[in-house]
Amino acid sequence: MRLVVEPRANAPLSLKLLVSIVAGLAALLLVAIPVLLAGRSPLDAYGLMVKGAFGSMFSLSETLTRATPLILTGLAAAVAFRARLWNIGAEGQLYIGALAAVLVGSGLFQLPPLLMIQVVMIAGFIAGGLMMVVPAFLKQRFGADEVVITLLLNFVVILFIQMLIEGPIKDPLALGWPQSVPLVDAADYPKLIARMRIHFGLVVGIAAALILWVVVRRTVLGFEIRAVGGNRAAAKFAGLPVNATLLKVALISGGLAGLAGVGEVAGVKGYLSADLSPGFGYSGIVVAMLAGLSPIGTVFAAIFVAAVFVGADSMSRATGISNYLADLVVALSLLCVLVGGFFVRFRVRLDRAAAQGA
Amino acid sequence: MDAVFDILLSVNFWVAALRIATPLIFGVLGALVCERAGVLNLGIEGIFVAGAMSGWMAVYLGADLWTGVLVAALAGAVFGAIHATLTVILGLSQHVSGIGVTLLATSLAYFTYRTALPNVSTPPRIIPFQPLNVPGLSDLPFIGPVIFQQTSLTLLAIALVGVVAWVLYRTPLGLAIRAVGDNPASVEAQGLSVIGLRFGAVVAGSALMALGGAFLTMSAFDAFFFGMVNGRGWICIALVVFASWQPGKALLGALLFGAFDAFQIRLQASVGQIVPGQVFLMLPYVLSILALVLVARKADYPRALLQPWFKGQRH
Repeated sequence: MRLVVEPRANAPLSLKLLVSIVAGLAALLLVAIPVLLAGRSPLDAYGLMVKGAFGSMFSLSETLTRATPLILTGLAAAVAFRARLWNIGAEGQLYIGALAAVLVGSGLFQLPPLLMIQVVMIAGFIAGGLMMVVPAFLKQRFGADEVVITLLLNFVVILFIQMLIEGPIKDPLALGWPQSVPLVDAADYPKLIARMRIHFGLVVGIAAALILWVVVRRTVLGFEIRAVGGNRAAAKFAGLPVNATLLKVALISGGLAGLAGVGEVAGVKGYLSADLSPGFGYSGIVVAMLAGLSPIGTVFAAIFVAAVFVGADSMSRATGISNYLADLVVALSLLCVLVGGFFVRFRVRLDRAAAQGA
Repeated sequence: MDAVFDILLSVNFWVAALRIATPLIFGVLGALVCERAGVLNLGIEGIFVAGAMSGWMAVYLGADLWTGVLVAALAGAVFGAIHATLTVILGLSQHVSGIGVTLLATSLAYFTYRTALPNVSTPPRIIPFQPLNVPGLSDLPFIGPVIFQQTSLTLLAIALVGVVAWVLYRTPLGLAIRAVGDNPASVEAQGLSVIGLRFGAVVAGSALMALGGAFLTMSAFDAFFFGMVNGRGWICIALVVFASWQPGKALLGALLFGAFDAFQIRLQASVGQIVPGQVFLMLPYVLSILALVLVARKADYPRALLQPWFKGQRH
C-alpha cells in the first residue's frame, strides 16, 4: 500500500467550499493552543467571541461595518490574484483612495449629496487604481517585481499621509491632533440603521462583488483575466493583449482598495488619519484566499474575518486575553486554506493495487 | 558641499552606517540562501519580528545574550520549516505562503509579548551586547572604531558573509544548493534530494533572517517595540535582487544602504526645519524601489525561483 498523489482534473464547488470552511474552523481550533498555554479556557474565549461578534443588533452592526472595507480589499486581492498579478499593496491603495476622497470632498466645491458621494467614490477609485497601475507598469517596462514594490509603497504612502495630515490638509480645529480636515456633509455615506455605525459602504462592497462576478464570468475582460492568470505564454501566443489586460486588472484592483479607503472616511470616521486602517489591506489577502478568489465568496469570507476581529476585541475586554488572538486566527486561516488548496488540486489516496503488484 | 564631505569623512558616520547595515546583512544573507535554492521567502518580515521578540524575551527571562541569539535563530528555523513544508513539500504558492508566515510570525510574537507582559506601559529593558574592545584592533585608526568597536553581532554578520560565500562557492553542498535553484532536474539526476536541499536551505536562511531581528532588540536597542521591524524584511528582499544573489555584493548593498540611511539622518539634522521629517523616512523605501527598478532587467534570477518541484517530475 502506498500513498498516491494525483492531480484532479476538476474540483467540484462543494469541495472548494468545504476547504474554506474547514480552514476557518481549523484556524479557530489551533488558537486554542496559545490560549491554553496562557492558562485560559478556549471554550470561554470562543463563546465570548461569538457573542461579541453576533450577540446583539449592535455587535452585528459592528461586524458588518468591519467587514465593509474587507470585502473591498478582499475583492482587490481576488481580482489581481486571478490574473496572477501579485498586488500586496492594498493597504497603501486604501490610504490613497481615502486621501483622494478628502481632497475632493472637503469643501473644494459644493454638490448635492447624491452627486457628491459619486464624485468622491470615483476620485478614490481612480487614485487607488493608479497607485497599482504604476507598479504593474514598472513590472512590464523594467521587469521589477510588483510584490516587493507594492509592499514597499505601503510604507511610503503611510508616511506621505502622515506628512499631509500634519501639514497642508491638517484640521486646524482638531486641537493639534494629526487628522485631516473633515468631509463636507454631502460627501458622507448615509447610515443604514439609525444610531448604528453600519453604512452605505456595505452596499458598495456587495454591489462591487456582484459586478465583479458578472465581469469575471460573462465578459471579454473576464475571459482575458482567466487566460492571463492561467497560461500567460499561451494567452500571448493566442494574441490576447496580456499587458493591457494586466493594466486593467491593476486599475480595478487598486481602485477597489481605494474604495475601501473612501468608505472608511465617508462612512466611519469623517476624516483621514494615519490609523484609518488596522491592516485592512493585508487582511484582504486572507479574505480573498479564504474565498477561493471568488467574488461572491469574498463577501462571506470578509464577514468571517470581521467577526473574528470584532469578537476578539470584545472577548479581550472581558477576559484580558490579548486581542492579537484575532490576528493569529486570520494568519492561521490563510495558511490552512493554502494547505487545503493542495487537496483541491490533488487527490490523495491509498493505492492497494501497487502493494500487491510489488 | 563641505558639510557633505564632513559627514562622509567622519568616523561616527561610518560606525552608524555599519550598525544600520547589520540587520540587513543578516536578512539579505538569509533571503539569498533561500532564493539560491529556488524559494522566495516573504516570511522574512515576520521572521524578523519573531527573532527580535524571542531573542529579547529569552534574555529578559534570564538567559544570557548568546542563548538569546540561539533562541531567535531557532524561532526563525521553525517558521522557515513551516514555509518550506508548504512551498517545498506541498508545492504551494511561495508568495501566499510567505505572506501567511509573515502574518503568523508577527501575530504570534505580538500575542506572546502581550500575554507574557500584560501590564507594561514602557517596554522593559535588557542589558544588550556592548561595543567590543579588541586589544590592538580597536585602536587602529578609522577601521578600529568603525569595525572593531561594534558589537559582536555585527562582527558575526560580517563573518557570516564569508561563511555563506564559502559554502555556496567552495563546497559540494553549495554547488548542490545553487543547482537546485537553477536546474533541479540535474540535481535529481545526481541522486540528490531536491526537496531535502530546498527544505534545508529555507530553514537555514530563515534562521539567518531571525538574527537580523535579534540584532534590533539585543544590540541596536535594548527593548522590543511593536512595529520596530518596519519593513526592513521587505527591503532585504529588494536588496537581494540588487546584489544579484551574491554574498559579497549583498554586504556591499547593505553597507551602501546603511550609509545612505546614516547620511539622511544627519542631513535631517541640518535641513529638518525646512523639509518635513517624513520625506527622510520615506527615502529608504523609495531607494529600495529605485534600486529594484534599475537592476531588474539585468537581474540574473535563479532560474527555478518560484517553481515548485515534485519528485520524479520530468522536463
